[in-house]
Amino acid sequence: MTQLVWNGLFVGSFYALVALGYSMVYGIIKLLNFAHGDLYMLGAFTGFAILGAAGGVSSSAALPVLLAVLLATMVITGLAGVVLERVAYRPLRGAPRLSLLITAVGASFALEYGMRVVAGADPRVYPVRLGGTTLEVFGARLTVQQLTLVAVAVVLMAGLNLLVTRTREGRAMRAIALDPRTSALMGIDVNAVISRTFFLGSALAGAAGVMAGAYYGKIDFLMGFLIGLKAFTAAVIGGIGNIPGTMLGGLLLGLLESFGTFWLGGEWRDVFAFGVLILFLTVRPTGLLGERVTERV
Amino acid sequence: MKGPGQDPAAPGPDSALSGSDAPPETGAPQESVPSPGSGSPAETGSAPGSAEARPPGGSRATGPKTRLRGTTKPPTVASRLLQNRWAGLAGLLVAILAPFVNATPYALSVMTSAAIFVMLAAGLNIVVGYCGLLDLGYAAFFAVGAYTSGVLATRFDLPLLATVPAVLVATVIAGIVIGAPTLRLRSDYLAVVTLGFGEIIRITANNLEVTGGPSGVYGIPHLVDGPVAFYYLTVAVVAVAVAGAARLGRSRLGRAWRFVREDEDAAEAMGVHTYRVKLAAYIAGAIWGGLAGVLFGAHLSAISPASFTFLQSALVLMAVVLGGMGSMPGVVIGAIVISILPEILRDLADHRFFLFGVLLIVVMLLRPQGLWPARSKEALK
Amino acid sequence: MTLLDVADLRLSFGGLLAIDGLSFSVGEGEIVSVIGPNGAGKTSAFNCVTGFYRPSSGRIALRGKDLRGLRPSAVAGLGVARTFQNLRLFGELSVLDNVRAGTHLWLRQSVFDALLHTPRYRRSERECTEQAHHWLDFVGLRGDRYGPARALSYGEQRRTEIARALARHPSLLLLDEPAAGLNHGEKAELLSLIRRIQNLGVAIVLIEHDMGLVMEVSERVVVLNFGREIADGRPEDVRRDPAVIEAYLGGEPHA
Repeated sequence: MTQLVWNGLFVGSFYALVALGYSMVYGIIKLLNFAHGDLYMLGAFTGFAILGAAGGVSSSAALPVLLAVLLATMVITGLAGVVLERVAYRPLRGAPRLSLLITAVGASFALEYGMRVVAGADPRVYPVRLGGTTLEVFGARLTVQQLTLVAVAVVLMAGLNLLVTRTREGRAMRAIALDPRTSALMGIDVNAVISRTFFLGSALAGAAGVMAGAYYGKIDFLMGFLIGLKAFTAAVIGGIGNIPGTMLGGLLLGLLESFGTFWLGGEWRDVFAFGVLILFLTVRPTGLLGERVTERV
Repeated sequence: MKGPGQDPAAPGPDSALSGSDAPPETGAPQESVPSPGSGSPAETGSAPGSAEARPPGGSRATGPKTRLRGTTKPPTVASRLLQNRWAGLAGLLVAILAPFVNATPYALSVMTSAAIFVMLAAGLNIVVGYCGLLDLGYAAFFAVGAYTSGVLATRFDLPLLATVPAVLVATVIAGIVIGAPTLRLRSDYLAVVTLGFGEIIRITANNLEVTGGPSGVYGIPHLVDGPVAFYYLTVAVVAVAVAGAARLGRSRLGRAWRFVREDEDAAEAMGVHTYRVKLAAYIAGAIWGGLAGVLFGAHLSAISPASFTFLQSALVLMAVVLGGMGSMPGVVIGAIVISILPEILRDLADHRFFLFGVLLIVVMLLRPQGLWPARSKEALK
Repeated sequence: MTLLDVADLRLSFGGLLAIDGLSFSVGEGEIVSVIGPNGAGKTSAFNCVTGFYRPSSGRIALRGKDLRGLRPSAVAGLGVARTFQNLRLFGELSVLDNVRAGTHLWLRQSVFDALLHTPRYRRSERECTEQAHHWLDFVGLRGDRYGPARALSYGEQRRTEIARALARHPSLLLLDEPAAGLNHGEKAELLSLIRRIQNLGVAIVLIEHDMGLVMEVSERVVVLNFGREIADGRPEDVRRDPAVIEAYLGGEPHA
């Protein structure tokens, strides 16, 4: 039982990290960035490439090295997100929503199969795996590496939350989310803030990618597809556009999946998750913490 | 691109889309359309049903003059050729003649697959092109159709044709199950939910015993004997399907779809029950996809979950976007290009999908209306 | 004979009370103007009547039939048509198709008619097109009616929107600032158009800032301020009403 809870929270923290980028971008420009899951994939491969270039890593130094790689990867995927926005999304900002969504699908496709061209179709084995001591806590078996990863995720999310609620930058983001045109009139450089939002969201996804690579040990070019969907589900459960809600949604989805797998069997895990998504959209489309918006006519 | 042997599908009757709207001088029958160019308001007012709405005399003076203004721009020769029903019939003719040029089993198989792909694209065009709803899990309906007919035919030894009613019921139910809860929401939610739904169907087919698990269903009976006969049957079915979709698109319902696409609030204010209209588009798309699935099963005689991945959905979407959303002739061409191109560019197999993704972005940035756009300018009547 | 009856209407967004106990009525074939400063709740009241907003409380009835809780398309089906403050044409569709939208509700045509092109289909399509031309003539559209609506000039787009609403065969037409952005000549044409619409027996509720137009055309004027009705009467009486001058015209009665 506690094992299920722990597994759920662990997977959920990954979902939450990826979902945050989804949610931030949606909150600010109302775009579902389908390529977001692929930035996670890009992060995993970037980390893979850096580690490969640095040569083997001795397992004693694994953790500090991994953290350094994590930071470098975050910068690179963040920049990739900025480029993506600049090239594919910004020119279409006034265009019909359908065009933007299709462009996002195209971007996702290009990233996935571009990576396939570069890295091949077969899964790659991550050059570093965190070996860990197993601890027993309340009857659940958890490893030091799991704890570390969750800790990193928590630190990143807390940092983001501080940024959005306490800083000038965060205030600008929230202002644009409410009304981009008025924000521009108030002297906010809307394009710059949107770029930085993409940077942050993509960097978090990249971090999650490296962590997933180091934890699961295998990466492939389609690994972002499913997690992109899951992250969206998490964002919807929590309330898309709402940052604490999204974190909550990620953890909740992890827990639901963990229990769903236990009851129904692993092969139904994804079906269960999407079932939850459809249920939520039917019953409470604004999510747990999202507020109802009256659309102006 | 339209050379013999490469154009197996039927862009034919779809151009009925433009056919009855075409200018009279191109020879399309026009018996149903009056010539308003000569109509004075008085004449218009005498039409049945408009009696209560007769204009007071005031508009009489401006009437004929404004009419003339409205008809000063004749369509160009090129657009007359493109918008003409004969272009469609010529396409159908090419599809019929293609086997005489090249009838190797391989060529026939490629052409049959392309025709089925055209039908998928026509169905998705109803949802995405006409109604503006992004469906990223369209392969799910394809799968529902293929599996329903395949499983029924192999388990109960039914002829494939006898499974069609069940396929219709199953696809309509699938369309309602997925559309009913999500069509009330913002359109971008629909995109992700359909994506998830596509995965649900594929994983379910993969997990269930009745669907044969990962190895799928095999030994699906043929609809007719011989690949040539099946090719012609497919072309006939697809031609009817494409024409049907185009006709729906031009009707009252089709107009309502476009009103919803353009502006949901304004459509609602005009009395269009937007939810019901969207659901109708979704169900129509589901039926087209399901029937294409029946053809698919009959063509390959074996189906497995691997045929119904997100990749398949994305390729159909690509065909619709490339050809021109909402334009049936464009979508048919787009589908043929997308399905034949890989056969020609075999060497580029690795780069293919990467290029498709880039192409999708480039099309949306530079030519969002597609290769063969839907008319934004209405042909003269 | 009362056509539209709005009683004690209240509407709040979150904590903000946009309409606070509004009551007014419109008789068959009457032209009523609703005026008031920006943010007084005029458009919100329109949106309540047409079903786009759900009022918090109050009564809205058309010929005695309750309109509350109906979706906008159902309200339209009962004979209410509207235009939008900031033009909501179907920009990419042809002008003719835009007006055809108005015929949607009364066009008798099934999916099978459309698939088989039955005589009934041909008849209804012909009628639909004739109607669209008829109403474009009626509003005096001069632009290209086969081209996309977005290509029309602003004034022509306004006209098209009215034609589209009229093709609904409404008994009540709600016009939301139809004169906004029109030049002097176009305003004069609008005035005569409104008169012609009235001659068809259609009642009109007009939200308008142009006092010249309001005073010229209205039979009755309702004045709103802060979601409340502060005056209701004949134009010349309302113009002299001290509360109106105070609240709406401020210190400078320019009408």
